[in-house]
Amino acid sequence: METTLFYAFATLAIGSALLLVNLKNIARALFLFFIVLFAMAGLYLFALADFVAITQIMVYVGGVLILMLFAFMLSNKELLKDLQDSSGSFLSMPRWQAVILAVGFLVLMIFGIAEWHQSIPTWIQQAKENNTEIIPTDNNIQQIGLRFMTFYVLPFEVISVFLMMALIGASHLSRKERNR
Amino acid sequence: MITLTHFLVVSACIFCIGLYTVLSKKNAIMILVGIELMINAAILNFVAFGKYDKVSYGGQIFALFAIVLAAAAVAVGLALVLNVYRHYKTINPDEINELKDK
Repeated sequence: METTLFYAFATLAIGSALLLVNLKNIARALFLFFIVLFAMAGLYLFALADFVAITQIMVYVGGVLILMLFAFMLSNKELLKDLQDSSGSFLSMPRWQAVILAVGFLVLMIFGIAEWHQSIPTWIQQAKENNTEIIPTDNNIQQIGLRFMTFYVLPFEVISVFLMMALIGASHLSRKERNR
Repeated sequence: MITLTHFLVVSACIFCIGLYTVLSKKNAIMILVGIELMINAAILNFVAFGKYDKVSYGGQIFALFAIVLAAAAVAVGLALVLNVYRHYKTINPDEINELKDK
């Protein structure tokens, strides 16, 4: 049951990502991106990271995707242009260099994973032997909150300031300029 | 039983699709989408390894940091895309080849 659900989410994510790449219509591609993000959030649940999954849905679907849709609509001329030069067929593969690079990288990584499987790091082995993995009945959110406020408090503060800087910078960059 | 290898293979596939998107698309917004796919693949790896780290929860916490960084990158990137569109009336990265104001 669990494995079936995992495969369902994985095929949903990979399939809609592949479809996203092949679509010419950017609006539809952005909504497929939405589906990919949801499926990825589902996959995080299988790694017992429930808080990360909820954050993914809130930040990406609520923030990033809306921003992308706005940017897409504000640069709307591209939509018509893309629809016009969609004369090539589905399998014409206009950028075969990119295909070769991506597939080569995939083969390299799969090979790396297969090789890595022989020598799993000791800390993972120890966690498996001592049964100290995270289990589904753990109170993950409380533990993460405790770690944030104790062990990871410096990165937490740094990233808060960084996020504020980035958002102020973004709103400064996208303002309207009068004297132009 | 879902092992670590399952997660690694899925995230390798998503990463390569993101890489292909970055390399082949002619639209800055789609390139940002590709970068987001690659970041998501990295986050999947973080949480998959973080399952074995109960002491410090490093994987999940740095996954959260990576989500925040990606959100900041998208905010700044889309502001830049809008500015570029205002100047050049296109967001095809191939056609944007000078930094000077016209």
